Amino acid sequence: MAFGAFAHSTSDIKHKNASQKTGKIAWILLAPGLAYLALFFLAPLFSLIAVSLGSIEAVSLANQGFRYGFNIQNFAQLGTDYLPHVIRSFSYALIATAAALLISYPLAYFIGVKLRGRPLLQRMLVTLVIAPFFISFLLRTLAWSQIFSNESWIVHELQTLGLLAPDQYIIGTPFAVVFGLTYNFIPFMTLPLYTTLEKLDIRYLEAGADLYASPRKVFTKVTLPLSMPGVISGTLLTFIPMAGDYVNASKNFLGSAHTQMLGNVIESKYISEHNMPIASALSVALMAVILIIVGVYVKRTGSEDLL
Amino acid sequence: MKAFDFKKLILPFYAVIAFVFLLLPIAYTVAFSFNDSTKSNAQWQGFTLNNWLQVCVRQGVCEAVGSSILIGVISTLIATVLGTMIAIALVRYKFKAREAVSLGLFLPMATPEVVMGSGLAAEFFNLGIGQGYLTIIIAHVMFCLSFVVVTVKARVQTLDPALEEAGRDLYANPRRVFMKITLPLLMPGIAAAALLSFALSFDDFIITYFNGGQTVTTFPIFIYAAATRGVPAEANVIGSAVFFLAIAIVLFVQIRSSLRNTRLAKLK
Repeated sequence: MAFGAFAHSTSDIKHKNASQKTGKIAWILLAPGLAYLALFFLAPLFSLIAVSLGSIEAVSLANQGFRYGFNIQNFAQLGTDYLPHVIRSFSYALIATAAALLISYPLAYFIGVKLRGRPLLQRMLVTLVIAPFFISFLLRTLAWSQIFSNESWIVHELQTLGLLAPDQYIIGTPFAVVFGLTYNFIPFMTLPLYTTLEKLDIRYLEAGADLYASPRKVFTKVTLPLSMPGVISGTLLTFIPMAGDYVNASKNFLGSAHTQMLGNVIESKYISEHNMPIASALSVALMAVILIIVGVYVKRTGSEDLL
Repeated sequence: MKAFDFKKLILPFYAVIAFVFLLLPIAYTVAFSFNDSTKSNAQWQGFTLNNWLQVCVRQGVCEAVGSSILIGVISTLIATVLGTMIAIALVRYKFKAREAVSLGLFLPMATPEVVMGSGLAAEFFNLGIGQGYLTIIIAHVMFCLSFVVVTVKARVQTLDPALEEAGRDLYANPRRVFMKITLPLLMPGIAAAALLSFALSFDDFIITYFNGGQTVTTFPIFIYAAATRGVPAEANVIGSAVFFLAIAIVLFVQIRSSLRNTRLAKLK
């Protein structure tokens, strides 16, 4: 789907493949890769479940107190101790996805529809859209954390203007985290929007205008419905990684102790505290929500278009 | 004279602002790679070329980049071979369970990194496998694979089977047809997939952190660890250099294919 935009020559030649053969060779080609994914993508999900039902006797430094078992209380904590983190993860991701959509749509429309007929310029601008991918994710997040740092020019100006109280800062607030999430995942939203808008038949829009629809009506009744596939896959591609992200909300980047998301808890439980059962339970819960979202998506659009 | 239409300027103007927003942190990172920062790189101290000229002298940045390149190259090689095979099978062959295969390839792209990272770590823990280069490479091949499939698949779809048939008609054996016709025609797609895969591997932080980040320091792990006390300007140097290299490659490919297209259009 959306990732087709990465490959630069996706012309729509669809040959009726005369050489399509059934069976054997296909599976010889598929087997190694699929076996790899079964072993290192699918099996780990079951490992997570196994570990999430285990327990640790004492929080020791070297994982030694770990016991397999069938403890559901790790999951019960989701609704109590970790409820704020669950709520933060999904609400931050939701707001940031909406923001990314609002920012990306006009941009994708401009490149895909307004610049029709200027392919080199279109490609150059698409390259600029994905340019943030070419610099380390951590470095660009760090750049924002320094642009908005407590000693920064922006914070100083906002305080002088009275928009921020003298003891108020940007870093460490939910705003900063949502801002970082939005920024970091905008290309994932713009690309799929661009791929659908680029193929949009302009004659439909002209027909709408010819029939005396206002520009606003043309947009809501024609353009937007026709670009829905891009909106849906863009939303999916941004919401999911956002909900699992923990770099933006991390204390050393844009967040603080009050902005910790699910990912932050998973990281600190797993790596710093060696409390794998809790960390795994949180991962299982996150994955369950994601699977439901993907399931709804597949049901609506079919799985042929997934790749 | 026709009245000047300001409405027409709204979108281009918006696009300019959006691009400034998108590119600002990149400009910041590049600018601060020239910062004369002896202790912290958080504030602008003055211009210097020293960070670029002596990038490997202190701080262990280059060792981290070395690890990242090693891991990136090995993972990319494996992921590209496995992914290309799958891409060819998906386009060229009929087989049962196609829907399930598509879904299985899509899921790794749709799964949050913390889940994949902690899951793989749980598996290595269950199996008693110690973390290190091997576990990082295993993890990187896993998340690069689907991206390779998608990228190469787009190229296989543009391939005209008649070319391969012509080869067979001229009595080339299947192996020869593949080596002399299919593979060369797929090469641009495979190269793009390999580049994407290397970029993903080189930039990965979360999954790496869970599966060996405590023993092996890759470039992103280095930055994350350094973030507590202040990331040195040398990291900005590496980040900027990688950025310019990647942009140069992409622009080169785009301009070349655009020139070829105009030449083809003239021939027609």
